[in-house]
Amino acid sequence: MTDQMFPIITKGLNHWFGEGEARKQAIFDVNLSIEAGKLTILMGPSGSGKTTLLTLIGCLREVQEGSVHLMRQELNGAAEAKLVLARRKMGFIFQAHNLHESLSALQNVQMGLEVHGAILSTKRHQFKEASAYLLSLLGLADRLHYLPGNLSGGQKQRVAIARALVGNPRIVYADEPTAALDKESGANVVRLLKQLGRKRGTTTVMVTHDNRILEMADRIITMEEGRIVDDKTIGGQ
Amino acid sequence: MTAILARLLGRMPIGWLQLLHNKTRLAAAVAGIAFANILVFVQLGIMFALNTTVLLPYTLLDADIIMSSADSNTLIGGGNVPRQRSFEALSVPGVASAVSLFIGNVDWTRDDGNTTNLQVLAIDPSQGAFVVPEIRNKIANLLLVDTVLFDRRTRGADTQRLSEISPDNPLKFEARGRTLTASGTISIGGGFSSDGYLVTSDQTFLRLFNSRIGGAPNHILLKTDPGADVDAIVEKLRVLLPEEKLKVRRVLDAAKADQRYQTTERPTGLVFGFGVVMGVIVGLVIVYQLLSTDVADHLKEYATFKAMGYGQSFFMGIIFEEAMILAIFGFVPGFIIASILYQILNSVTGLPVLMDVARPVAVFLGTIASCSISGAIATRRLASADPAELF
Repeated sequence: MTDQMFPIITKGLNHWFGEGEARKQAIFDVNLSIEAGKLTILMGPSGSGKTTLLTLIGCLREVQEGSVHLMRQELNGAAEAKLVLARRKMGFIFQAHNLHESLSALQNVQMGLEVHGAILSTKRHQFKEASAYLLSLLGLADRLHYLPGNLSGGQKQRVAIARALVGNPRIVYADEPTAALDKESGANVVRLLKQLGRKRGTTTVMVTHDNRILEMADRIITMEEGRIVDDKTIGGQ
Repeated sequence: MTAILARLLGRMPIGWLQLLHNKTRLAAAVAGIAFANILVFVQLGIMFALNTTVLLPYTLLDADIIMSSADSNTLIGGGNVPRQRSFEALSVPGVASAVSLFIGNVDWTRDDGNTTNLQVLAIDPSQGAFVVPEIRNKIANLLLVDTVLFDRRTRGADTQRLSEISPDNPLKFEARGRTLTASGTISIGGGFSSDGYLVTSDQTFLRLFNSRIGGAPNHILLKTDPGADVDAIVEKLRVLLPEEKLKVRRVLDAAKADQRYQTTERPTGLVFGFGVVMGVIVGLVIVYQLLSTDVADHLKEYATFKAMGYGQSFFMGIIFEEAMILAIFGFVPGFIIASILYQILNSVTGLPVLMDVARPVAVFLGTIASCSISGAIATRRLASADPAELF
């Protein structure tokens, strides 16, 4: 098994929250290899550690114990500068859409590209075109210049998805991306993520409660109280 | 504006868009910074006015060297100088002439019943070379006893009447029991130690101040030969004259020492110096509050950017951008209002509260610096935290 095939590998991963007496273990000895180009779903009841695990393998939380290997790089003890570079290769879709309230839908998506540098105005123009194109693919062509405050929950979530995908990330992390969407749009989003996986080899890790989309998963990992209790690979997809 | 900033910054002008998004807060922030600017401007204005007024009486004198008693810190303070020192000084090669300078304070009860305090400067009117050319011809009139030159910018006085004073239209008034005749005017203006000035002859001075004698003036002024090395002569005089009893300085150095003394050791100077420090501190606190609240309110959005791979320098850039915009927007009204307040202070107090070029530049740069530093401190929490902890 090579790093190429498994962009995310964890070994003996433990994580705690709090200090002193209140210190509580949230993740217990997680050993996981996630295959490239596949849609992996993390399931489990509230408080089972799904989101914690997602943020640990997503460079958003400092690794305390154990190892996280992300695209051939060890995250445990990595310098801030390396983490910043690693984050640029990923897209993150958050539970709350976390759009910037002062930026229009289009500008929010552009920020997903400008992270790679946009000193030249011609480059910024290209970024704008690409962002507008992606938003129109997501059905927001007539909402490009709306501020998030004037968009519905589902529209905001689609903007957030566009922002995560616009930079052609190698890995997409999604935390309950369909929670704010109706059945049809939720299925569309997951279908889009799956297509990306197939076309570009994008690896997707998704936390969800949503039973409606489980059928599209390549692999379903179930967590309970910080431990992996079930790990199913669905063959032939 | 957004497009210009984007071109200028080479990125999305997030700071500008953030400020523009919440216009109420932008207005409050601009008002806060303008207020901080006004505070500092007014305190600086008063402090520099004090500094200027200390120097004003010296500008009447046209002398190279001033000899004062060792305990004298100001023109009027300190003991007297024996007149014989002027003869000793004249023995030094390069010293051309000497004159005694007498200084005292008189109260002038104006027609409206209020009292004005006037500082009297007196020299021998035949030694007109020791005053600046503008009043040299007026000095000759002072040969008449009880004749004075009146400061037409005297605080509280009827400036209209004072400006009409001429030999043909003199002003008669009473001070220390004598009737004095003002036959001409000078223009100095009041300071913190007196409301205005009188220039008169040594003889009139001695009549006004019965306890003073001609042999003990406050200072002795010296003029040197053209082209002489004044510093070398000052050194020679210091060697010749008893150092524990006399201070020998260039007039300019004496004026600067007076200014230093009045601003750093006298209560009035200290109060306004302290006012400047307080103004700067209050300004810093206002600016810090504004910027840190702004960062706190956008922390979630910044955390998202951090999760997307933006580094600390990006956030510093946003904060610096906001700091620049707020500093410029706050400075313009601050400067305009401060200029108006200067005019009002000027006419009410008679103090030379004036705007120069260096002060707005210093205040503007100080505003940008404090905005940036405050922003940098406020973003520290962002630098140390994992993005996941900030959502």
